[in-house]
Amino acid sequence: MAKEILLGKTLEELTQVVLDLKLPKFTAKQIADWLYKKDITSIDEMLNLSLKARTILKDNFDIGLTATIKEQCSVDGTKKYLYPTNMPNQFIETAYIPDDDRATLCVSSQVGCKMGCLFCMTGKQGFQGQLKAGDIINQVRSLPEWHQLTNIVYMGMGEPLDNVPEVMKSLEILTADYAMAMSPRRITVSTIGIIPGMKTFLNESECHLAVSLHTPFDDERKKLMPVQNVYPVKDVLKMIREFDFGRQRRVSFEYIMFKGINDTPAHVKELCKILDGIKCRMNLIRFHPIPNSPLLGSDEETIEEFKDLLNKKGITTTIRRSRGLDIFAACGLLSTKELVKQQSKDY
Amino acid sequence: MSTDIKTKQKLTESIVVSNREIAPGVFVLKIKRNLDFKSGQYIGITTDMDVAPRLYTIASGTDDHTIQVLYNVKDDGWLTPRLSEHKDGSTIFMTPPEGDFIDDESPSWWIASGTGIAPFASMFRSGLIADKKLIHGGRFTHSFFFEKEFRPVLKGNYIRCCSQEEGEGLYNGRLTRYLQDIEIFPEDCRYFLCGSPEMVVEVRDLLIDKGVPFNKIVAEIYF
Repeated sequence: MAKEILLGKTLEELTQVVLDLKLPKFTAKQIADWLYKKDITSIDEMLNLSLKARTILKDNFDIGLTATIKEQCSVDGTKKYLYPTNMPNQFIETAYIPDDDRATLCVSSQVGCKMGCLFCMTGKQGFQGQLKAGDIINQVRSLPEWHQLTNIVYMGMGEPLDNVPEVMKSLEILTADYAMAMSPRRITVSTIGIIPGMKTFLNESECHLAVSLHTPFDDERKKLMPVQNVYPVKDVLKMIREFDFGRQRRVSFEYIMFKGINDTPAHVKELCKILDGIKCRMNLIRFHPIPNSPLLGSDEETIEEFKDLLNKKGITTTIRRSRGLDIFAACGLLSTKELVKQQSKDY
Repeated sequence: MSTDIKTKQKLTESIVVSNREIAPGVFVLKIKRNLDFKSGQYIGITTDMDVAPRLYTIASGTDDHTIQVLYNVKDDGWLTPRLSEHKDGSTIFMTPPEGDFIDDESPSWWIASGTGIAPFASMFRSGLIADKKLIHGGRFTHSFFFEKEFRPVLKGNYIRCCSQEEGEGLYNGRLTRYLQDIEIFPEDCRYFLCGSPEMVVEVRDLLIDKGVPFNKIVAEIYF
């Protein structure tokens, strides 16, 4: 029988582990320190634990660190890593994006995705399962460059707020002093607007929020993102409007530019209307067509004009640089389809 | 303005009128009706005020006396094993109806897999019948929930695609194969899809590949 995994456990959970094993309570903090702050790869290396404690721990637990099994490097320095997960034959991709003064990691939160957005490659592989907090933390902790990381974005495979318990645990581990102690202002969780999950995330974390908007018009959004039928964007915005983000916490909107679909002056006008009263940023994203997609990316001139119009209207808008194009590293293009066992179909 | 959004959704007590297993592991729950809804909308259901509700599309017609939902019992789930034990007259909790998966009287095709038939059952029971074609995919002959209601009314516009068993009047094969064999899809028509994410994505891609404009496709997914 497979042993339980330590990686991904919060201090509270580690405390329960050591108490169950009849070890001193302070051992939990020592374990957390080794797991989340140091470069060890085995329980044997937890040298400030007694030999007896290490033996008992080893008999019952594995550390849970799993190295990448594949790596692709882009000409621009972006790297894409393939990680195994807690589920047999299920893999996830993680993108490492170095820049001048920062290094961002784009982590996955699910294997596949249930949301079925029209423009997303991950959605095409269906949904295979929820990542555990340990799988999410492993993407950071087993990253060869993890000491260089400055920012983490939950924008890889899956909808983070459809996996709230594990995502929230991973955020605690990333930000808590006992663990990785990153500033929550360096972490952004992106969602398509799962309202119950957003409530938990906003209440229980201090990390930034990014919402995939992609059009201000309800009918158009329905065609691009089925979630609109369940959680309409007007309800998402109402909730954001009612929440006090304070001075430091940020909400941003992601907007993929589709040629002739969502890139007109009418869209700018409607965006200004629906975002009125929300202090936010808008990130315009170039669309790089995926196989069999009916959508095309807007041209550069249109994207620039769209940005200028929004900025003139007072919505701080930037165009996101495309990275890792030669290795298909961008969000929504992460695909491990050939490595993922499809669920049995019910139709 | 608040820094603490209320996480508890508005829940009302509702009385279970009946809770019957209509196929192995598939139940129809009928709840006493105490609110209005539109066909295609969903409600949240929980058996415990402290546990977040799960979402289920309403299957009953807008004039029916009860609110009906169709659910699969998931052995590893929290809610459905408990829900399946609920007896007539017991209490559950539900959220108000929400959602925008709404059809009208214009021509449309309804394409469903498994319990994704629920919104179309509601639309049908609410009187949307003319110019509707219903294609339902399932594994077994018992997977075609509410077929006794659909068959006599929709007649040739009701297609049951059964992937793992043969049966009278059934199309033997996946619904994607049925759709693949259709050469021309009507242009003046909308295509409503409801079911597993895999089905929705595969059928949407197939329709687009066959020339259906993406803005004619409306999808609802389970999650």
